Amino acid sequence: MSTKKKYESLNFLKQCKKNHLELWQCPAFLFPLTGLLIIIAMISTYFIAIKYTQPEIVALIVIGITTILFIINHFIIQGVETLAEANKMKSEFIGIVSHQLRTPLTGIKWTLNLIMRKEEKINDCYGQELKEINDNNERMIKLVNDLLGVSKIEQKNPYIKSEKIDVKKLLEKIIKEYNPIAKAKNIEIKLDTKIDCLFIEFDKEGISIVFHNLIDNAIKYIKNKGHVKIRLINKNKFLRFEIEDNGVGIPKKDHENIFKKFFRSVNIMKHETVGTGLGLFIAKSIINKSKGKIGFHSKENKGTTFWFEIPIKITKNI
Amino acid sequence: MKKILFIEDESTIQKAISRYLEQEGYKVKNALDGEIGLKSAKEIKPDLILLDLILPKKDGFDVLRELKKDESTKNIPVIALTNLEESDNIEKVLALGATAYLIKANYSLEEIAKKIKQILNQ
Repeated sequence: MSTKKKYESLNFLKQCKKNHLELWQCPAFLFPLTGLLIIIAMISTYFIAIKYTQPEIVALIVIGITTILFIINHFIIQGVETLAEANKMKSEFIGIVSHQLRTPLTGIKWTLNLIMRKEEKINDCYGQELKEINDNNERMIKLVNDLLGVSKIEQKNPYIKSEKIDVKKLLEKIIKEYNPIAKAKNIEIKLDTKIDCLFIEFDKEGISIVFHNLIDNAIKYIKNKGHVKIRLINKNKFLRFEIEDNGVGIPKKDHENIFKKFFRSVNIMKHETVGTGLGLFIAKSIINKSKGKIGFHSKENKGTTFWFEIPIKITKNI
Repeated sequence: MKKILFIEDESTIQKAISRYLEQEGYKVKNALDGEIGLKSAKEIKPDLILLDLILPKKDGFDVLRELKKDESTKNIPVIALTNLEESDNIEKVLALGATAYLIKANYSLEEIAKKIKQILNQ
């Protein structure tokens, strides 16, 4: 933690204001207050015990101080509960709204699917316009899915439990989905691996989201023409995934924030405004939940390599 | 001609999928709520049922439970087609006997038609 951040964490007034809490509800204020009271109480008890030799008086004073501390602690617990409840409500709200948003978005998506069929005459006249509506609708669906992903992570609601997956096959399938978009931008996606087929017990939905988010970013942040190199390495107890691009890169000052929720790098915003700033946050949460590690190295205007390692249990294909 | 019963209360979604599947050569019967859906399933004995989970009158979980209890409908494959995503819902629906669980917003009509074809050919 930098000195500036340490100083900010000590500024309880700012902390309480940030969390929209009154002082008597705010743990950031109540915790140091309790600490201060304990110190004062101990010193006072010492001096009182010297002055008054009767143990009854000392006992009464100790009981009095303990009662005050008990009341303050009660407020601390209430403050923590208020924060926890607010966080829970926010996640639930996102969850409910996202479900409700998905229904009309599905209606638009499927109606477009229908009228964009080759057989439909309208597609001949407004093919490009329909494609644009469809692309925008898909963006909305992606945003809603990302918000739901965050809501799930914050509610500690895990993705689907472990199942047996052929990880190479899954990755190849996802790369295939991205090939048309990459081709349109003159980008070549290359998978380099010695793995023939590898069945592992893992959370299929979670790892698919991580693959999607990392490949999506690599393609999105190459200006035009370039390469995306993907490596999949079996390290016996670990599986290592690497994705290298020659895109815009991440400025050094943004490195520490890159996995934060809603964070988008300044140079990325100049280049590509579409994005939620949630993809890497979700990817990191999923990898951390699987007891894995995720990281990157990047040079501005040269490119970026993201990697993750996850512990794996290899299974036979039965 | 294979018969498909689609139990769904959202009319836009219902119209889009029905028309698409009809163009693919299926006969589609729509039901707007759980009770009508259950009644239609017993009457027409479709080859496959597409079932939404949030429905008026009787929800998708109850419809599925009753379909699987009834001798005349228990062998009809059911695809749960919903925007609910919680893993406990998915587990519950699959445990009740659904053949597949698809999240509507993440699938195109073409992909759904492909899935239906695959299940009917099994």
